[in-house]
Amino acid sequence: MAKEIQIRESAEAPVIHVAPSPHLSHTAQTTRTMMRDVLIALAPVTGMALYVFQAYALRQLAICVIGCLAAEWIFTGMRGRRATLWDFSAAVTGVILALSLPGTAPWYIGVIASFTAIGIGKVIFGGLGMNIFNPAMVGRAFVMIAFAGAMGAAGYQDASSAVDAISQATPMDAFKQGGAIAPLSALFWGNTNGSLGETSAIACLIGGLYLCIRRTASWEIPAGVIGAVVVLGGIANLLNPESQWTVLHHILGGALLFGAFFIATDPVTSPLTPKGKLIFGTGVGALIMLLRIFSGYPEGVMFAVLIMNSITPLINRWTIPRPLGGK
Amino acid sequence: MGLKFKGFGGSGSFPHGVHPPERKNFSGAAVIEVIPSPGQVLLPLLQNVGAPAKTSVKAKSEVKMGDKIADAGGFVSAPLHAPIAGKVGKTGVCTLTNGRHVPAMPIRAEGEQIEGKELWEKIFGGQWPKNADKYSPKEIVDAIQAAGIVGLGGAAFPTHVKYVPNEEKPIDTVLINGCECEPYLTSDYRMMLEVPDPIICGSLLLAKASGAKDVIIGVEDNKPEAVEVLKKAAAGTGIQIAVLPTKYPQGSEKQLILAVTGREVPLGGLPLDVGVAVSNVSTTAAIAGAVVKGNPLTHRVVSVTGAGVQTPKNLLVPFGISIGELIEACGGLTKDATRMVAGGPMMGFAFSDMNSPVTKGTSGITILTHEDLKKEDETSCVRCGRCVDVCPMNLVPTKIAMASRHRDTELAQQYNIMACFECGSCAYICPANLPLVQLVRTGKAEVIAAGKK
Repeated sequence: MAKEIQIRESAEAPVIHVAPSPHLSHTAQTTRTMMRDVLIALAPVTGMALYVFQAYALRQLAICVIGCLAAEWIFTGMRGRRATLWDFSAAVTGVILALSLPGTAPWYIGVIASFTAIGIGKVIFGGLGMNIFNPAMVGRAFVMIAFAGAMGAAGYQDASSAVDAISQATPMDAFKQGGAIAPLSALFWGNTNGSLGETSAIACLIGGLYLCIRRTASWEIPAGVIGAVVVLGGIANLLNPESQWTVLHHILGGALLFGAFFIATDPVTSPLTPKGKLIFGTGVGALIMLLRIFSGYPEGVMFAVLIMNSITPLINRWTIPRPLGGK
Repeated sequence: MGLKFKGFGGSGSFPHGVHPPERKNFSGAAVIEVIPSPGQVLLPLLQNVGAPAKTSVKAKSEVKMGDKIADAGGFVSAPLHAPIAGKVGKTGVCTLTNGRHVPAMPIRAEGEQIEGKELWEKIFGGQWPKNADKYSPKEIVDAIQAAGIVGLGGAAFPTHVKYVPNEEKPIDTVLINGCECEPYLTSDYRMMLEVPDPIICGSLLLAKASGAKDVIIGVEDNKPEAVEVLKKAAAGTGIQIAVLPTKYPQGSEKQLILAVTGREVPLGGLPLDVGVAVSNVSTTAAIAGAVVKGNPLTHRVVSVTGAGVQTPKNLLVPFGISIGELIEACGGLTKDATRMVAGGPMMGFAFSDMNSPVTKGTSGITILTHEDLKKEDETSCVRCGRCVDVCPMNLVPTKIAMASRHRDTELAQQYNIMACFECGSCAYICPANLPLVQLVRTGKAEVIAAGKK
């Protein structure tokens, strides 16, 4: 009886915990809200993709998002870890992957790319935060090399398609092959052929600016990318003044803006400090121009990002900031 | 306000930092109350940075309030004085709020006590000269040393050490810290409002002692009333008031010096290296009391605040009183109190022992509730760089923390782990809720251990 009373008393007294400082935390921001921000920022791009490519886009998005979530669930399960679907990171990878693929790609390409992205791109390194390369780009690079036909420039095109955009060549390829120049307004609004998310410059800008304002993406990276393209594209123009493919075509065309705002800005695979981010962005921009002008591929965003991902640890070491009062 | 950074060398602020909720409203309006004299105090012999004090009275001897009971244990140390009249007991051991076990001397109250209004008058009452003409620098420093004064902002560094004349590194600026940037705490704020005169007097004494030509009191702009009161009290003395934008950790010594003077204290260096000495406003008031009235340091103002305490208050309390008695004087804990913190919520220590005594460094007791402590689970670092964006020392907290988690002391040192002063901005902002400060602390301990080998 006496014991019972004691228990009741202690239940009423406050229970005091101890823990290390700081005792307050900024609860408004978590990993999940950051990933949610990315999904919100992708909405205009996704919307344009659905508008231009219609059922093609819907199908690819469904395949890649479901594929990535399934892969995450299976692979984290195999590692004996709690499933991490609700941090939305796999969903983000899925959407970005789908938007970087052509709408015409057969269903198994999306599935294989998703499993490669999550499995080899992310989980094998230890899951979220541990990967060296951008998972979506790892998945895309794998299918691009493995299914060169379906993923090559010709694979984007299907003359018999009822969707207008898909019956044309992509602007980047039309220029590379035949020197045809797409009108800037088409590149800006996005009713051209290409990977699902890359065609509309305006949609990428709206979503990208949202990310930068929310500080979910660091402005230094897109600034670096675009800056490098402006400078190198400008030089290319000066050396070859008769070319109709101007700096503006370089910026609005292809996956440049989509890559600058949504792919290169993946925090996990880019440097930590503002200075490092600027170096990283500039490197991505420079490599894109190098690949576009000198390589056999019409576009170079994916390889540029993957190459710069690989030297991110080095950039981090080069750009250890000077502490206050330090030398 | 017109006086922003005209005439000061600094830009008025420092790079990075965070804006935690201020929550000064719990105890901000509460006038300082004198706590009734306790039946017993337990005085830890280590209440300062540096060497512990050595007892100078035997057990069972009778002491009056203000009698010295322990001598300084070295140059970087401070003597202790009896805060109440009574009989000294046998020295035992007590647990400080930071978890350290240190020897402590009990004094049981006996005879007449100075209490209430009388105590307030003794400590803060009377006239405070608005110049330091009557005193020589040596007299001032000696009085500070004899009174056992240490930094009351929380660090508890013996104050006389900073002001001993140094030919090689002359001091040109004395900075008085009235920022109180920690959320919740209001003891310095109430001091500035209620007893500005001893603060001004102490500031002038410090200028005289150090030979500094500039005396600047730094106050955050969330305390406009304090700024007005200080300005009025400082009129005609040449003391300047710098109103600084509210940002955590503005009250950190290095950040304050940078904001006001534009000078960077070198890593591992002292404010002295850039010709500055910094003291907290409450310390400054205690200095005036020691020099002008010969009062040793026996009492201080402590904020007892937060949603976890019934009636938040600012209390004038004797050292050695148990924290339990302070909480009792505020009506006790509320039902949902979950964490007791000595100091503010950003840098304070959580403790659980109600018998822990108030020491010279206890600036406040913050009682937080379950609601305040809500926090998501720890997730992986996605290297978003928010910690880099907020670190006032311009470090890369996540890299240091991960190096420390992997026990890589060399990498941690490459990233300047020892420059961190554990302000908690990084852990506050971290979206992944990583225990960054805790990891830095363990890393520092490893670095020190590796250095000793």
